[in-house]
Amino acid sequence: MEMPVLTLALRDRPLADRVRRRLQVDVRRCYQCGRCTAGCPVAYAMDAGPHQIIRGIQLEQHAWVLGRNTYWICASCVTCTTRCPCLVDVARVMDGLRELALEEGIRPSEQTVKVFHQVFLQWVRLTGRMYEAGLVGLYNLRSGQLLASADLGLPMLTHGKVNLLPRRFRGQDEVDRIFERVAAMEEDR
Amino acid sequence: MTRYAYYPGCTLEGTAREYDASTRVACAELGVELAELEGWTCCGASSGHATDYWLSLALPARNLRLAAEQGFEAMVAPCAMCYARLRHTLHDLRDPAARQQVDALLDAPLQGEVKVHSLVDLFCEEERLALLEQKAQRKLEGLRLVAYYGCLLVRPPEILEPDDPEHPTMLDRIIQATGATLVDWPMKTECCGGSLALSRTDIALELTRKLLQDALPRGANGMVTACPMCHSNLDTRQRQINRHYATDLHLPIFYFTQVVGLAAGHGVKELMLDCHLTDPRPLLAEVGIR
Repeated sequence: MEMPVLTLALRDRPLADRVRRRLQVDVRRCYQCGRCTAGCPVAYAMDAGPHQIIRGIQLEQHAWVLGRNTYWICASCVTCTTRCPCLVDVARVMDGLRELALEEGIRPSEQTVKVFHQVFLQWVRLTGRMYEAGLVGLYNLRSGQLLASADLGLPMLTHGKVNLLPRRFRGQDEVDRIFERVAAMEEDR
Repeated sequence: MTRYAYYPGCTLEGTAREYDASTRVACAELGVELAELEGWTCCGASSGHATDYWLSLALPARNLRLAAEQGFEAMVAPCAMCYARLRHTLHDLRDPAARQQVDALLDAPLQGEVKVHSLVDLFCEEERLALLEQKAQRKLEGLRLVAYYGCLLVRPPEILEPDDPEHPTMLDRIIQATGATLVDWPMKTECCGGSLALSRTDIALELTRKLLQDALPRGANGMVTACPMCHSNLDTRQRQINRHYATDLHLPIFYFTQVVGLAAGHGVKELMLDCHLTDPRPLLAEVGIR
């Protein structure tokens, strides 16, 4: 007999359905041992541990889940996934929640993390490769922390580690088209 | 001999240029023939997978396609981040539906399958370790090194296939083959917070401090890494850490390729050991390397 289960794939729940399609992770398997949170190096900075997020998804508490800072703080170290006795890919759930929050236009509790990712990808799209000096510069500007990492700038420069000017790399045109196609594909959904 | 498509990745042209220089030196010593992949572009790194799954597959896939088009059977990515993203892509594209989806995102579909190796994997092959032992003429036992793997060489293990995700020994074996003294270190796979270095610097400082503060009392006088994000975090932020926590931590951070190069007799300048912010030269001078 098929047991009634709590799942990301509850029917007629557009939000849950979108999560399931992206992640293909079965959170039903989680029995709340808490190992993911115990091993998480950044749990101390989260307002809910990874295992609580998984529980929140099991219980369809979407507003609560997406309102946590957990998935923005996640450093993608993948320790949780590696140690999960139930083979739940917790790190991938964090990726999926970030995607979902961006799509939903939910204001992130960690604005700087979102800005960092956006600026990073913007340079990749513009030049074909990541442009480090531009990443720091534009990140500081957009996150409103004008002097963040400024004390590192000069030593990095004098140690020959900084390319001052961006350059457009061969293949950038295809990279730009990839971004465009990804956006179009997601709009179709 | 296999000729490898060399995928340096963006950081090896910038903040990690010493990793590029020492990779080329070490590969020449150990018979790894590199030919830089023509027209390579960014793998998307953490920002790719953190915000868009399909983008995180399509960006590496473009480079895998180039490698096949240019006639390579295998690719080597020294950067742990690039390595992990390329391996994730290979793994997820085994699903025909995902592959079809990604093919449609590229200018031309992927053909064939190119293998992806980390440089650590290649150096760990038995014959190369033996060759390294043979070439390691310079006395390095005064270097007491911890091997730091971080996250992206070992997790998730189904995709990256390390010898052991909780207690890997690949870098340890390379260090031993160089003749340097290996210091056993239980924190070798803990995260340094590299992906949050700019956006939550406080977290990166905290995780990095823990690593440094644990390695030093064990008698280490150097740390060895294979990841540009880890290196940048650990090498460049020691002054900030000392200011923030009122500590006096000092630990030079090496790329494993630099230690291989040193063992084989290459110089500080050639291996760009003069461009680290935590200057390893006093330590090297102590053990007789100038």
